[in-house]
Amino acid sequence: MGYVAVRGGAEAVARAEELVECLRLMGGSTPLHLPQIRDQLRHAVSRAMHEGALYAPLLAALAVKQAEGDSIEAAFLLRAYRTTLPRVMASLPVSGREMMCLRRISASFKDIPGGQMLGPATDYLIRLLQPALANEDMSVVVRAAERYEALVAIGGQRPGEVGRFPKVADYMRQERIIVDVPPDLAREAPFDITREPLTFPCPRSARLQAMAQADTGSLMSLAYSSVRGYGDAHPTLVELRYGYLPIQVAHPLTGEPITIGEIEATEAEVASKAHSVVNSAEPPRFNVGYGFAFGQSELKVMSMAILDSVLTQARIGSLSGESGPAADEEFVLLHSDGIEASGFVAHFKLPHYVTFEADLRVLDRARDHHAERASRLGQLVDQALEEQR
Amino acid sequence: MSANIDQLYNFALLDEDAKRAIRRSLLKAVALPGHLVPFASRDLPIARGWGTGGLQITLALVTPDDTLKVIDQGDDESVNAVNLRRLITRTTGITTTVDTAAATVIQTRHRIPEEPLRDDQILVLQVPMADPLRWVEPHLERATVMHGEADYGKMWVYLYESVVRAGDLRIASQYPVIVNRRYLMDTTPIPRWDVPKLHMAETLYLFGAGREKRIYAVPPYTAVEPLQFEDYPFRTEYRPGQRCARCGAENAFLTTHFVADARGGRWEATCSDANYCAKRRAQAEATA
Repeated sequence: MGYVAVRGGAEAVARAEELVECLRLMGGSTPLHLPQIRDQLRHAVSRAMHEGALYAPLLAALAVKQAEGDSIEAAFLLRAYRTTLPRVMASLPVSGREMMCLRRISASFKDIPGGQMLGPATDYLIRLLQPALANEDMSVVVRAAERYEALVAIGGQRPGEVGRFPKVADYMRQERIIVDVPPDLAREAPFDITREPLTFPCPRSARLQAMAQADTGSLMSLAYSSVRGYGDAHPTLVELRYGYLPIQVAHPLTGEPITIGEIEATEAEVASKAHSVVNSAEPPRFNVGYGFAFGQSELKVMSMAILDSVLTQARIGSLSGESGPAADEEFVLLHSDGIEASGFVAHFKLPHYVTFEADLRVLDRARDHHAERASRLGQLVDQALEEQR
Repeated sequence: MSANIDQLYNFALLDEDAKRAIRRSLLKAVALPGHLVPFASRDLPIARGWGTGGLQITLALVTPDDTLKVIDQGDDESVNAVNLRRLITRTTGITTTVDTAAATVIQTRHRIPEEPLRDDQILVLQVPMADPLRWVEPHLERATVMHGEADYGKMWVYLYESVVRAGDLRIASQYPVIVNRRYLMDTTPIPRWDVPKLHMAETLYLFGAGREKRIYAVPPYTAVEPLQFEDYPFRTEYRPGQRCARCGAENAFLTTHFVADARGGRWEATCSDANYCAKRRAQAEATA
């Protein structure tokens, strides 16, 4: 049973799979149920969905379970499933204005139309481990339902309120503070990187789709580099909202919009300090970046929105100072996909003995060359010493 | 001291060694105005970038007799200010105040209070970037050499380019200044309105960058000069005719925000310094 897939390879692979399965269960604890994962590990499930580019909470819970909590592996499982599905139709464009918000905040203004709504957020949590969570039983579930009801009662829905809020970006557009939505003149339908090859330069819809399914950590790292100093980002959060978005499709016969369900999602717009200079006839405005992801995925959408604004600025040439790798669209989009990056980094575990053999021969030649040169140098030194004497 | 302090933690959360290390860095910073002093920067139960540098300075400075004020955007009730105050009081039990004049230590993000500060007060600023050369030289090793040689040519070119591109010194907040005619210093994202308050001030200003692991200071009576050109002088955000919609102040930094009313709501410009605005309104009421 060897590492090299010559003979016995098939058996080795099968046994390795079996071992993984055994290790997952050998601790002797109760196997996880999917609803437990979906409800209590909701961020892991969200991450699997947006990086796996498939909105399916229970399937994502299954992926998280099967991947033993590895976020990239879980997303990989979902993507590998998604690719087996036909793309039946595209939904009608979904606007964040339609979101039933559980949370919406803006950093640009102290108060905003509709009001700031902190909602469920860990931002201001003092990070102390809570030992009480270690030994919970079903009574906490009952209590949580009661507490939630009480919290809703305190919030007190006012008559006429529907949970929809005006968008801060709309106000800022109306006041000509931020740029209008850039018309993607080249195409009517959005680009789909799963159906068309991603080539550069690419339309903004391709950029947004690529980032929407990119690895959160990679986007975060690149966005961080740009705001920390290897870039000119200076973002201000126009608005971040999280909640439920109704999804509509056009009826295939009548064309009437029909709501087919809703998804849990987060979206963000950031304004950049750099001024837009697309049209020199118009007075400058701030640029905008957009971020969107399934679930409550705030770090992802913030990172995405920052990178979107940096990439737009880089394209129109309004960056100043050091621009850094985050301003390079190819660099960002081609290195942030978790499935592609993890696959290639891990592929070096594959047998490489053919290429390594070739490398060894080149090393041999380099050594010969080195020895030859050294001996020639040695002769010259000997000669010089001889002459001195 | 209040009774409900968490007994599990040392006074002011950090252990005494950590506090001493921070105080040593503070002394060095005061001795070299505007110079970036590296410090280890401990992990805290607050996220990096949310004020961990200012927080560490405050925690290292406060004694049980101090009176603390914490503001964010000039407002004591801003969520992050509330949160930091909660952590500090929970681990120290010290008295807090919203009154700028009553505080001995003020921790702030993005503002310097409008009310002039005294020599018995310390202002602690939370710093995101620390190095003003970051935009022109993000590499720390090279930037350190530039500071050592007072080689700020790249920064002047950056400013010159901003004039050429946008017709102005296009730095809104975090305006670079020269401290004590020697070091280029980042003023943190305070508006330009607040920059002159640093110059020859009575108060000690301490700056803490937790994520970037740097401390720096502007001691009292230190020259602090914003970078500017003869023909493009430094200007604040002040607009003639500006007026706070609540207290009527004409000489304060104002921010715009939405106010809901019977007709749906309106946008208003008011003082960002909440305590200053409240004091002025109370004064007006008392004299009315």
